[in-house]
Amino acid sequence: MSIDPGPLTAAPPEEVQRAQTERLLEAWKQPTGWRYWSAVNNSVVGLWYVAMTFFFLLFGGVLALLMRLQLARPNNDFLSADLYNQAFTVHGSVMMFLFAIPIFEAIAVMFLPQMLGARELPFPRLSAFGFWCFLLGGIFLCGSIFFDAAPRGGWFMYPPLTSKYQSGIGADIWLLGFSFIEIAAIAAAVEIIIGALKTRPPGMRINLIPLYIWYVLVAAAMILFAFPPLIAGSLLLEVERAFHWPFFDPAGGGDPLLWQHLFWLFGHPEVYIIFLPSVALMAMIVPTFAQRPIVGYGWIVLAAVGIGFLSFGLWVHHMFTTGLPGISLGLFSAASEAVAIPTGVQIFCFIATLAAGRTVRSVPMLYAFGSLVIFVLGGLTGVMVAVAPFNFQAHDTFFVVAHLHYVLIGGALFPILAGCYYFFPLINGKKLSDKLGKIAFWLAFTGFNVAFLPMHLTGLRGMPRRVFTYQAGLGFDALNLVSTVGAFILAAGLAIVFWDMVRPKKKQSYSERNPWNAGTLEWTQEMPGKPWGMRSIPEIDSRYPLWEQPNFLRDVDEGRFYLADAEEGKRESILTSVIDARPEQCLRLPGPTFITLWAALTMGGFFIFGTFSLWWPSLLSLLASLAIIIYWLWTETALIPEKAEKDVGLGLKLPLYLSGPESAGWWAMFITMLAVLTAFISLVFGYFFFWTVRADFPPDPVPGPGHFWPLVAALLLLGAWAQTVLARRWNRNDHASAFYTGLLLGSILAIAGGAALLAGPWVTELDPTSHVYPATVWILVTWTTFQILIGVIMQLYCIARRVAGRMTARYDIDIRNVALYWHFTAFTAVVTVAVIAGFPLVA
Amino acid sequence: MTGGAIVIWIAVIALAIHAFRARPGSHSGRHANYLILGGGAIVPTIVLTALLIYGLAPIPALLAPAPEGSLKIAVSGEQWWWRVRYETSDADAVVLANEIHLPVGEPVEFRLESPDVIHSFWIPALGGKVDMIPGRVNRLSLTPTKIGVFRGACAEYCGTSHALMSFYVRVEEKAAFDRWLMRQRATALPPSTPLAKRGQASFLANGCGACHAIRGTPADGVVGPDLTHVGSRLSIGAGILPNKPKAFVHWIARTDQAKPGVLMPAFGMLPKADIEALAVYLEGLR
Repeated sequence: MSIDPGPLTAAPPEEVQRAQTERLLEAWKQPTGWRYWSAVNNSVVGLWYVAMTFFFLLFGGVLALLMRLQLARPNNDFLSADLYNQAFTVHGSVMMFLFAIPIFEAIAVMFLPQMLGARELPFPRLSAFGFWCFLLGGIFLCGSIFFDAAPRGGWFMYPPLTSKYQSGIGADIWLLGFSFIEIAAIAAAVEIIIGALKTRPPGMRINLIPLYIWYVLVAAAMILFAFPPLIAGSLLLEVERAFHWPFFDPAGGGDPLLWQHLFWLFGHPEVYIIFLPSVALMAMIVPTFAQRPIVGYGWIVLAAVGIGFLSFGLWVHHMFTTGLPGISLGLFSAASEAVAIPTGVQIFCFIATLAAGRTVRSVPMLYAFGSLVIFVLGGLTGVMVAVAPFNFQAHDTFFVVAHLHYVLIGGALFPILAGCYYFFPLINGKKLSDKLGKIAFWLAFTGFNVAFLPMHLTGLRGMPRRVFTYQAGLGFDALNLVSTVGAFILAAGLAIVFWDMVRPKKKQSYSERNPWNAGTLEWTQEMPGKPWGMRSIPEIDSRYPLWEQPNFLRDVDEGRFYLADAEEGKRESILTSVIDARPEQCLRLPGPTFITLWAALTMGGFFIFGTFSLWWPSLLSLLASLAIIIYWLWTETALIPEKAEKDVGLGLKLPLYLSGPESAGWWAMFITMLAVLTAFISLVFGYFFFWTVRADFPPDPVPGPGHFWPLVAALLLLGAWAQTVLARRWNRNDHASAFYTGLLLGSILAIAGGAALLAGPWVTELDPTSHVYPATVWILVTWTTFQILIGVIMQLYCIARRVAGRMTARYDIDIRNVALYWHFTAFTAVVTVAVIAGFPLVA
Repeated sequence: MTGGAIVIWIAVIALAIHAFRARPGSHSGRHANYLILGGGAIVPTIVLTALLIYGLAPIPALLAPAPEGSLKIAVSGEQWWWRVRYETSDADAVVLANEIHLPVGEPVEFRLESPDVIHSFWIPALGGKVDMIPGRVNRLSLTPTKIGVFRGACAEYCGTSHALMSFYVRVEEKAAFDRWLMRQRATALPPSTPLAKRGQASFLANGCGACHAIRGTPADGVVGPDLTHVGSRLSIGAGILPNKPKAFVHWIARTDQAKPGVLMPAFGMLPKADIEALAVYLEGLR
């Protein structure tokens, strides 16, 4: 059970409070001048992140307007065919990868600690690193259109168009650039998951978590399983483009449909990854303005989790016209309809909350209401297109363009705008203008419907999507003109919102504290906010502490709760247990650094040089990046504290160092490895996909890789794994020499195992360019070897840490995390061997 | 279906407005639970089940193969035109491009494939779309019930000129269809006027026959569309230009402008008179 906090003590005298405040301010001071860019604090990085996503929204929006101008008249020549195709590819990709997903992560990075009464996210430098990757990748992608080099294969990038029929670097920019950004997205997801699970305030049991946190937890978990299939697919497609391994080329035994499966395994959950965190904003806004707790908290959580699961079973409805058997059509139609039920439950929870409360009129509610009107219509057309026979007509027409914009603008953009008007005071202490907000709303709402409602009809009349022009007199002319006019009205509305956010507000006075009289923790913030987040980390026993816990603000402000002081001048926050939020650790957090920027630049170099097929600079960048990351880990992680425990207030003593499943680092490793494993499973899926669709997979007789070398590899790698696990135990028992020799032997076995794994296809002379079978074997083997190589670096790192005295028997985070890594790696190796050596025997 | 969707939409919005205006206390907690369960779960489940039964029922009929002995047409989507082959029982199939004729009331089976990228075969007025995927063969069976001319288009983004990849379907009486097919099977008409003769000479002299076939002449290329009866078609350039000499001139001289990215090189360097002769010759290939 949770700890018993006991009665709060009296507030310390005022001088003591003042001294505490000064020490806290000193510890959490933001760097100034050009060093400002070395900040890693979540409120600063979150702000950069949000600002950049809005910039990309603007960029994607301008492209949309150019496209609408081109389509205003039949046979128009405002944009060339080629430029139009680049524009729609970049528009779709930017809106998905550089706006819709990042803005969810950006908002979460900015507000998640405040909603949880924490001082900071668990890995501040990881969020900064993710931001820099995002910025670099985003600019690279958007910039390419100015050099006529942008991707032009559609945001879905179907091969063989993108593998063999588009020369130039456009497709490489897409594949490598977005893989880079996806890695940043996964980093942010890891951060958000651990933030939600481990940095909650004491007492915030799992049934008291704010709904926003539930939603982003589900969405971040979905990222872990949705992005890896796309990363795996991008890897295959890029390898086909660069080295001619025929994964998607029927002439080499491949199949273009594999890409569609991997893409939509990502692409459909992606819709809900965008949608859930936006509904999450509604789930915070609606109770505030209904002035009562949400009705149906449990239902909403259940619905959000349910959508998370269901969304992974729907991807095939994007492929209804590829010639599937009737049974698949029926099953996936039904599964797609089923998702309407949890969605409906959430909407009705909001309606019930409004009905039960005394609703206050406000600009955020206006946007929330607009969102409902638009989204419900989009949801209903979604129900229509999910029925296979209707889909045969509507698929790939403007009907779907209308549908998806109703869903995404209604389900994501309007809630985000509502969130902007609602949360803006938390950013700089000032409200946005009610007047501008209303004008902007009516322009955006009207413009949106004028633009997109007619498109339903345009599509039903037979206008396909992704066309740079159309013939006159087919019934499309007037409808398209109306859509173009609407698009500009919508743009005017959004321009006003942007202006409202960036307009100078020097003269405007600060908002009062908690201006909307909300009940959740983030509104304890002073206006303007302080860099420390919370004056003291509170004990929670309700869902709406500001409404339900008497004198809450006073107690927080007077420092009566935990960590009211920074005695050692260090940044600190509290880690709690996953289910019932029992305090477990006082977590020391790192401060400003430029190292994250350097790590992102070099990592970006790897992908960007790769785009231009400059393999040597690319490899050098990767090595530099690796070196920088090792330096980063070496100097700033798993630091041995000066004392074992610390008094965090209220008579509670917490350890400063924990390892294993109680520590944030162990969870980060575990969650990251789940994503890595998912990418690997996607490659294995490719192997079995080819087996089901191709009679000659594996070929008969099987040309390789034989059984001998793969089996040797499996044995050696299991040995490497066992040595690593044993080394962890020897370290715990302080058998230094056993630890060193064991781990050294482990790394030698690992290297030998990796070599043996490569030897299989090598000695049987499998040529990956000749056929998809050797290509698939090689890709599995290469993936596993790469993972082993990283594992060896980790083993050597642990040896060095102990030699340097940075790891001891008791302070053993490094080896415990590395052992965890090796559990996954050993599993990967065994699966690889079973597939490449074992499966041909069964097949 | 559309009507149902609109009714549900209005109902939800009305409910939300009512909720927004309602005084607190007029709805008890139990009320709220009924609302969430009923509106969010029970009603949608019933409606969706009914919709699925109604919506999925036609699938078996839509996917059923055409009866034995039906007309079989192989259509291949290529960047950015359609190769059409009538697979008649006789030894030689009839090959044409960018136009399909169908006898009314008779089932037909399309065999859909692609040698390059993914396309999607779609005649909105006659049936749903089916993708043409390299390395696979998809089938689409349908029975046209109305006489008339219908437009078809590629529905899957297939590269630069995806927008300029259409075709026409003419559904006609069986007798008219048979006559048409017979004519399509015949070799090309020899040119009759001096201008047309000059056009044919120019066609053969400038290497057009390397890509295009005109049966009955030495031109036997298979890369591009078969032009044996190009003059009989409703359009040229895959549904983008009218079948007029002027359009032919534009197409031959400024091919890249008429269809950006097209494989065929523009022949604007030929003497204007030659191009006009070519246009007359081709337009005459009825």
